[in-house]
Amino acid sequence: MVSSQIIIIAIIATSIATFISRFMGALTSEKVSVNSKIFQWFNCVAYSTLAALLGRMIIFPAGVLADSDLIIRLIVLITCIVLFVITKKNLVIPTIISAILLGVLTNY
Amino acid sequence: MINHKIFLQGLKSLKGSRSPAIPLGACFIALGALLKDAGFNLQQSAASSLFTYALPGQLVMAESLLVGASIVNIFIAVWLVNFRLYPMTVSLFPLLDHKSQPKWKYYLSCHFLAVTSWLIAKDGYKKIDKKHRIDFWIGIGIGTWSTAILMTVIGYLSADYLSKDMLIGLAIVNPVYFFCMMIGAMKNLSISIAIIGGTMLGPLIYLISTEWALLFAGLIAGTIAFLFGGKNGK
Repeated sequence: MVSSQIIIIAIIATSIATFISRFMGALTSEKVSVNSKIFQWFNCVAYSTLAALLGRMIIFPAGVLADSDLIIRLIVLITCIVLFVITKKNLVIPTIISAILLGVLTNY
Repeated sequence: MINHKIFLQGLKSLKGSRSPAIPLGACFIALGALLKDAGFNLQQSAASSLFTYALPGQLVMAESLLVGASIVNIFIAVWLVNFRLYPMTVSLFPLLDHKSQPKWKYYLSCHFLAVTSWLIAKDGYKKIDKKHRIDFWIGIGIGTWSTAILMTVIGYLSADYLSKDMLIGLAIVNPVYFFCMMIGAMKNLSISIAIIGGTMLGPLIYLISTEWALLFAGLIAGTIAFLFGGKNGK
Protein backbone atom coordinates (compact mmCIF):
# COMPACT_ATOMS: atom_id res chain seq x y z
CA MET A 1 0.00 0.00 0.00
CA VAL A 2 1.33 3.42 -0.99
CA SER A 3 1.40 6.07 1.74
CA SER A 4 -1.07 8.94 1.66
CA GLN A 5 1.57 11.68 1.34
CA ILE A 6 3.17 10.00 -1.64
CA ILE A 7 -0.23 9.71 -3.32
CA ILE A 8 -0.90 13.43 -2.81
CA ILE A 9 2.55 14.38 -4.14
CA ALA A 10 2.00 12.05 -7.11
CA ILE A 11 -1.37 13.71 -7.87
CA ILE A 12 0.26 17.15 -7.77
CA ALA A 13 3.21 16.02 -9.93
CA THR A 14 0.86 14.38 -12.46
CA SER A 15 -1.36 17.46 -12.62
CA ILE A 16 1.57 19.85 -13.14
CA ALA A 17 3.16 17.56 -15.74
CA THR A 18 -0.16 17.54 -17.60
CA PHE A 19 -1.03 21.23 -17.27
CA ILE A 20 2.40 22.33 -18.60
CA SER A 21 1.57 20.91 -22.05
CA ARG A 22 -1.90 22.48 -22.09
CA PHE A 23 -0.72 25.89 -20.94
CA MET A 24 2.29 25.96 -23.29
CA GLY A 25 -0.20 25.07 -26.02
CA ALA A 26 -2.43 28.02 -25.08
CA LEU A 27 0.58 30.38 -25.11
CA THR A 28 1.87 29.07 -28.46
CA SER A 29 -1.64 29.38 -29.93
CA GLU A 30 -1.52 33.17 -29.46
CA LYS A 31 1.26 33.35 -32.04
CA VAL A 32 -0.17 30.83 -34.49
CA SER A 33 -2.51 31.93 -37.25
CA VAL A 34 -5.16 29.52 -38.51
CA ASN A 35 -4.03 30.01 -42.09
CA SER A 36 -0.35 29.42 -41.46
CA LYS A 37 1.66 26.36 -42.48
CA ILE A 38 2.75 25.86 -38.90
CA PHE A 39 -0.89 25.50 -37.82
CA GLN A 40 -1.43 22.83 -40.46
CA TRP A 41 1.68 21.01 -39.30
CA PHE A 42 0.50 21.09 -35.67
CA ASN A 43 -2.87 19.83 -36.83
CA CYS A 44 -1.30 16.82 -38.57
CA VAL A 45 0.98 16.10 -35.61
CA ALA A 46 -1.94 16.30 -33.17
CA TYR A 47 -4.00 13.81 -35.16
CA SER A 48 -1.10 11.39 -35.60
CA THR A 49 -0.04 11.58 -31.94
CA LEU A 50 -3.59 10.80 -30.97
CA ALA A 51 -3.74 7.96 -33.49
CA ALA A 52 -0.43 6.63 -32.14
CA LEU A 53 -1.89 6.62 -28.62
CA LEU A 54 -4.98 4.75 -29.84
CA GLY A 55 -2.97 2.23 -31.84
CA ARG A 56 -0.93 1.55 -28.74
CA MET A 57 -4.07 1.28 -26.56
CA ILE A 58 -5.40 -1.48 -28.81
CA ILE A 59 -2.16 -3.38 -29.61
CA PHE A 60 -0.31 -2.87 -26.30
CA PRO A 61 -2.97 -1.82 -23.79
CA ALA A 62 -2.19 -0.80 -20.22
CA GLY A 63 -4.21 -2.02 -17.25
CA VAL A 64 -6.96 -4.64 -17.34
CA LEU A 65 -7.41 -4.54 -21.10
CA ALA A 66 -4.05 -6.32 -21.41
CA ASP A 67 -5.78 -9.48 -20.14
CA SER A 68 -7.96 -9.76 -23.24
CA ASP A 69 -6.71 -11.34 -26.49
CA LEU A 70 -5.37 -9.06 -29.20
CA ILE A 71 -7.41 -10.79 -31.89
CA ILE A 72 -10.60 -10.25 -29.87
CA ARG A 73 -9.80 -6.56 -29.37
CA LEU A 74 -9.26 -6.19 -33.11
CA ILE A 75 -12.53 -7.99 -33.94
CA VAL A 76 -14.41 -5.73 -31.50
CA LEU A 77 -12.79 -2.59 -32.89
CA ILE A 78 -13.48 -3.42 -36.54
CA THR A 79 -17.07 -4.51 -35.82
CA CYS A 80 -17.74 -1.27 -33.97
CA ILE A 81 -16.22 0.90 -36.69
CA VAL A 82 -18.46 -0.86 -39.23
CA LEU A 83 -21.44 -0.21 -36.91
CA PHE A 84 -20.43 3.44 -36.64
CA VAL A 85 -20.38 3.78 -40.42
CA ILE A 86 -23.67 1.96 -41.10
CA THR A 87 -25.55 3.78 -38.32
CA LYS A 88 -24.60 7.10 -39.96
CA LYS A 89 -22.07 8.02 -37.31
CA ASN A 90 -24.07 7.14 -34.25
CA LEU A 91 -21.59 6.82 -31.38
CA VAL A 92 -23.80 5.45 -28.64
CA ILE A 93 -24.56 2.12 -30.36
CA PRO A 94 -20.95 1.11 -31.20
CA THR A 95 -19.66 2.08 -27.76
CA ILE A 96 -22.29 0.05 -25.90
CA ILE A 97 -21.84 -2.91 -28.26
CA SER A 98 -18.05 -2.81 -27.81
CA ALA A 99 -18.21 -3.62 -24.09
CA ILE A 100 -20.82 -6.35 -24.57
CA LEU A 101 -19.05 -7.91 -27.54
CA LEU A 102 -15.69 -7.99 -25.78
CA GLY A 103 -17.29 -9.66 -22.75
CA VAL A 104 -19.07 -12.26 -24.88
CA LEU A 105 -16.05 -13.08 -27.05
CA THR A 106 -13.71 -13.32 -24.07
CA ASN A 107 -15.92 -15.77 -22.23
CA TYR A 108 -17.12 -18.04 -25.02
CA MET B 1 -18.81 37.61 -19.78
CA ILE B 2 -19.75 34.19 -21.10
CA ASN B 3 -22.42 33.84 -23.76
CA HIS B 4 -24.88 31.52 -22.02
CA LYS B 5 -26.63 30.33 -25.14
CA ILE B 6 -23.38 29.27 -26.79
CA PHE B 7 -22.07 27.81 -23.53
CA LEU B 8 -25.20 25.65 -23.26
CA GLN B 9 -24.78 24.59 -26.86
CA GLY B 10 -21.34 23.28 -25.92
CA LEU B 11 -22.66 21.62 -22.79
CA LYS B 12 -25.40 19.93 -24.80
CA SER B 13 -22.79 18.00 -26.79
CA LEU B 14 -23.13 15.49 -23.93
CA LYS B 15 -26.58 14.58 -25.21
CA GLY B 16 -27.82 12.73 -28.27
CA SER B 17 -26.60 10.01 -30.60
CA ARG B 18 -23.05 11.35 -30.61
CA SER B 19 -22.82 11.65 -26.85
CA PRO B 20 -19.39 11.11 -25.29
CA ALA B 21 -20.99 10.42 -21.90
CA ILE B 22 -20.93 6.62 -22.25
CA PRO B 23 -17.25 6.26 -23.25
CA LEU B 24 -16.20 8.92 -20.75
CA GLY B 25 -18.24 7.23 -18.05
CA ALA B 26 -16.87 3.79 -18.89
CA CYS B 27 -13.21 4.77 -18.74
CA PHE B 28 -13.44 6.95 -15.65
CA ILE B 29 -15.46 4.30 -13.78
CA ALA B 30 -12.65 1.87 -14.60
CA LEU B 31 -10.12 4.47 -13.45
CA GLY B 32 -11.96 5.02 -10.16
CA ALA B 33 -11.86 1.29 -9.48
CA LEU B 34 -8.16 1.15 -10.40
CA LEU B 35 -7.29 4.07 -8.12
CA LYS B 36 -9.03 2.33 -5.23
CA ASP B 37 -6.90 -0.73 -5.97
CA ALA B 38 -3.80 1.44 -5.94
CA GLY B 39 -4.61 2.61 -2.39
CA PHE B 40 -6.17 6.00 -3.13
CA ASN B 41 -9.02 7.23 -0.93
CA LEU B 42 -12.20 8.73 -2.40
CA GLN B 43 -11.05 12.35 -2.14
CA GLN B 44 -7.69 11.59 -3.71
CA SER B 45 -9.35 9.76 -6.61
CA ALA B 46 -11.72 12.65 -7.27
CA ALA B 47 -8.86 15.14 -6.95
CA SER B 48 -6.83 13.22 -9.50
CA SER B 49 -9.56 13.58 -12.14
CA LEU B 50 -10.29 17.16 -11.05
CA PHE B 51 -6.72 18.39 -11.38
CA THR B 52 -5.26 16.10 -14.03
CA TYR B 53 -8.25 15.12 -16.19
CA ALA B 54 -6.21 13.17 -18.72
CA LEU B 55 -6.77 9.47 -18.51
CA PRO B 56 -3.53 8.04 -19.96
CA GLY B 57 -1.50 10.18 -17.56
CA GLN B 58 -3.61 9.09 -14.60
CA LEU B 59 -3.15 5.44 -15.60
CA VAL B 60 0.62 5.95 -15.80
CA MET B 61 0.57 7.58 -12.37
CA ALA B 62 -1.40 4.75 -10.76
CA GLU B 63 0.69 2.03 -12.35
CA SER B 64 3.97 3.77 -11.51
CA LEU B 65 2.89 4.14 -7.87
CA LEU B 66 2.06 0.45 -7.72
CA VAL B 67 5.55 -0.54 -8.88
CA GLY B 68 7.15 1.97 -6.50
CA ALA B 69 8.49 4.48 -9.05
CA SER B 70 9.95 7.76 -7.76
CA ILE B 71 8.03 11.04 -8.06
CA VAL B 72 10.56 12.33 -10.59
CA ASN B 73 10.03 9.25 -12.74
CA ILE B 74 6.26 9.63 -12.48
CA PHE B 75 6.55 13.28 -13.51
CA ILE B 76 8.61 12.46 -16.58
CA ALA B 77 6.49 9.48 -17.61
CA VAL B 78 3.28 11.51 -17.29
CA TRP B 79 4.78 14.48 -19.12
CA LEU B 80 5.78 12.23 -22.01
CA VAL B 81 2.40 10.52 -22.32
CA ASN B 82 0.47 13.78 -21.96
CA PHE B 83 2.73 15.85 -24.20
CA ARG B 84 0.23 15.14 -26.97
CA LEU B 85 -1.91 17.83 -25.32
CA TYR B 86 0.55 20.46 -26.57
CA PRO B 87 0.03 19.92 -30.34
CA MET B 88 -3.65 19.28 -29.63
CA THR B 89 -4.03 22.68 -27.95
CA VAL B 90 -2.09 24.46 -30.70
CA SER B 91 -4.28 22.83 -33.35
CA LEU B 92 -7.49 23.88 -31.59
CA PHE B 93 -7.06 27.20 -29.78
CA PRO B 94 -6.24 29.34 -32.84
CA LEU B 95 -9.64 28.27 -34.18
CA LEU B 96 -11.32 29.60 -31.03
CA ASP B 97 -9.35 32.83 -30.95
CA HIS B 98 -11.13 36.18 -31.06
CA LYS B 99 -9.79 39.62 -30.18
CA SER B 100 -12.84 40.55 -28.12
CA GLN B 101 -12.38 37.62 -25.74
CA PRO B 102 -10.24 37.99 -22.58
CA LYS B 103 -7.08 35.91 -22.30
CA TRP B 104 -7.97 34.35 -18.97
CA LYS B 105 -10.69 32.34 -20.69
CA TYR B 106 -8.05 30.66 -22.82
CA TYR B 107 -5.55 30.18 -20.00
CA LEU B 108 -8.08 28.58 -17.67
CA SER B 109 -10.06 26.58 -20.21
CA CYS B 110 -6.95 24.89 -21.60
CA HIS B 111 -7.33 22.61 -18.57
CA PHE B 112 -10.37 21.05 -20.29
CA LEU B 113 -8.23 19.88 -23.17
CA ALA B 114 -8.43 16.11 -23.43
CA VAL B 115 -8.99 13.73 -26.31
CA THR B 116 -12.78 13.63 -25.93
CA SER B 117 -13.35 17.37 -25.66
CA TRP B 118 -10.84 18.07 -28.43
CA LEU B 119 -12.53 15.68 -30.86
CA ILE B 120 -15.96 17.18 -30.09
CA ALA B 121 -14.68 20.74 -30.50
CA LYS B 122 -12.89 19.93 -33.76
CA ASP B 123 -16.07 18.32 -35.01
CA GLY B 124 -18.39 21.18 -34.10
CA TYR B 125 -16.57 24.52 -34.01
CA LYS B 126 -17.51 25.50 -37.56
CA LYS B 127 -21.18 25.81 -36.59
CA ILE B 128 -20.37 28.50 -34.03
CA ASP B 129 -19.75 32.17 -34.72
CA LYS B 130 -16.02 32.86 -34.34
CA LYS B 131 -16.65 35.47 -31.66
CA HIS B 132 -18.23 32.97 -29.26
CA ARG B 133 -16.30 29.80 -30.02
CA ILE B 134 -14.37 29.97 -26.74
CA ASP B 135 -17.68 29.87 -24.83
CA PHE B 136 -18.72 26.84 -26.87
CA TRP B 137 -15.42 25.23 -25.89
CA ILE B 138 -15.91 26.09 -22.19
CA GLY B 139 -19.35 24.43 -22.39
CA ILE B 140 -17.88 21.24 -23.88
CA GLY B 141 -15.07 21.36 -21.32
CA ILE B 142 -17.26 21.80 -18.25
CA GLY B 143 -19.55 19.02 -19.45
CA THR B 144 -16.85 16.42 -20.16
CA TRP B 145 -14.70 17.38 -17.16
CA SER B 146 -17.52 17.17 -14.62
CA THR B 147 -18.68 13.86 -16.14
CA ALA B 148 -15.15 12.50 -15.70
CA ILE B 149 -14.94 13.56 -12.04
CA LEU B 150 -18.38 12.20 -11.21
CA MET B 151 -17.68 8.89 -12.92
CA THR B 152 -14.35 8.52 -11.10
CA VAL B 153 -16.27 8.80 -7.82
CA ILE B 154 -18.88 6.29 -9.01
CA GLY B 155 -16.13 3.90 -10.14
CA TYR B 156 -14.40 4.19 -6.79
CA LEU B 157 -17.61 3.52 -4.87
CA SER B 158 -18.66 0.60 -7.07
CA ALA B 159 -15.18 -0.99 -7.28
CA ASP B 160 -16.18 -3.94 -5.10
CA TYR B 161 -19.11 -4.78 -7.36
CA LEU B 162 -17.17 -4.68 -10.62
CA SER B 163 -15.83 -8.03 -11.76
CA LYS B 164 -12.66 -8.23 -13.81
CA ASP B 165 -14.65 -9.08 -16.95
CA MET B 166 -16.75 -5.96 -16.45
CA LEU B 167 -13.64 -3.80 -16.04
CA ILE B 168 -12.15 -5.22 -19.26
CA GLY B 169 -15.44 -4.47 -21.01
CA LEU B 170 -15.37 -0.89 -19.72
CA ALA B 171 -11.77 -0.42 -20.82
CA ILE B 172 -12.46 -1.15 -24.51
CA VAL B 173 -15.25 1.43 -24.81
CA ASN B 174 -13.01 4.47 -24.84
CA PRO B 175 -10.55 3.41 -27.57
CA VAL B 176 -13.51 2.30 -29.70
CA TYR B 177 -15.17 5.70 -29.26
CA PHE B 178 -11.94 7.53 -30.10
CA PHE B 179 -11.35 5.41 -33.19
CA CYS B 180 -14.88 6.10 -34.44
CA MET B 181 -14.41 9.85 -33.88
CA MET B 182 -11.08 9.73 -35.72
CA ILE B 183 -12.59 7.84 -38.66
CA GLY B 184 -15.25 10.57 -38.74
CA ALA B 185 -12.49 13.20 -38.81
CA MET B 186 -10.77 11.71 -41.88
CA LYS B 187 -12.24 14.25 -44.25
CA ASN B 188 -9.15 15.04 -46.29
CA LEU B 189 -5.93 13.39 -47.42
CA SER B 190 -3.54 14.91 -44.89
CA ILE B 191 -5.67 14.06 -41.85
CA SER B 192 -6.20 10.55 -43.22
CA ILE B 193 -2.45 10.01 -43.70
CA ALA B 194 -1.82 11.44 -40.20
CA ILE B 195 -4.34 9.08 -38.59
CA ILE B 196 -3.40 5.92 -40.49
CA GLY B 197 0.34 6.64 -40.14
CA GLY B 198 0.05 7.38 -36.44
CA THR B 199 -2.00 4.25 -35.76
CA MET B 200 0.68 2.09 -37.39
CA LEU B 201 3.77 3.88 -36.08
CA GLY B 202 2.51 4.18 -32.49
CA PRO B 203 2.64 0.46 -31.69
CA LEU B 204 5.73 -0.08 -33.91
CA ILE B 205 7.88 2.52 -32.17
CA TYR B 206 6.51 1.30 -28.83
CA LEU B 207 8.49 -1.91 -29.48
CA ILE B 208 11.70 0.16 -29.47
CA SER B 209 10.91 2.74 -26.78
CA THR B 210 7.85 2.60 -24.59
CA GLU B 211 8.20 6.15 -23.28
CA TRP B 212 9.08 8.03 -26.44
CA ALA B 213 6.79 6.10 -28.80
CA LEU B 214 3.94 8.63 -28.83
CA LEU B 215 6.16 11.65 -29.37
CA PHE B 216 8.18 10.13 -32.22
CA ALA B 217 5.23 8.42 -33.90
CA GLY B 218 3.27 11.68 -33.79
CA LEU B 219 6.14 13.79 -35.12
CA ILE B 220 7.07 11.38 -37.92
CA ALA B 221 3.56 10.50 -39.11
CA GLY B 222 2.35 14.08 -38.68
CA THR B 223 5.24 15.53 -40.68
CA ILE B 224 4.77 12.95 -43.45
CA ALA B 225 1.07 13.83 -43.58
CA PHE B 226 1.88 17.54 -43.69
CA LEU B 227 4.40 17.13 -46.51
CA PHE B 228 2.45 14.71 -48.68
CA GLY B 229 -1.14 15.49 -47.82
CA GLY B 230 -1.51 18.43 -50.18
CA LYS B 231 -4.05 21.00 -49.17
CA ASN B 232 -4.83 20.65 -45.49
CA GLY B 233 -8.11 21.01 -43.73
CA LYS B 234 -8.67 22.33 -40.25
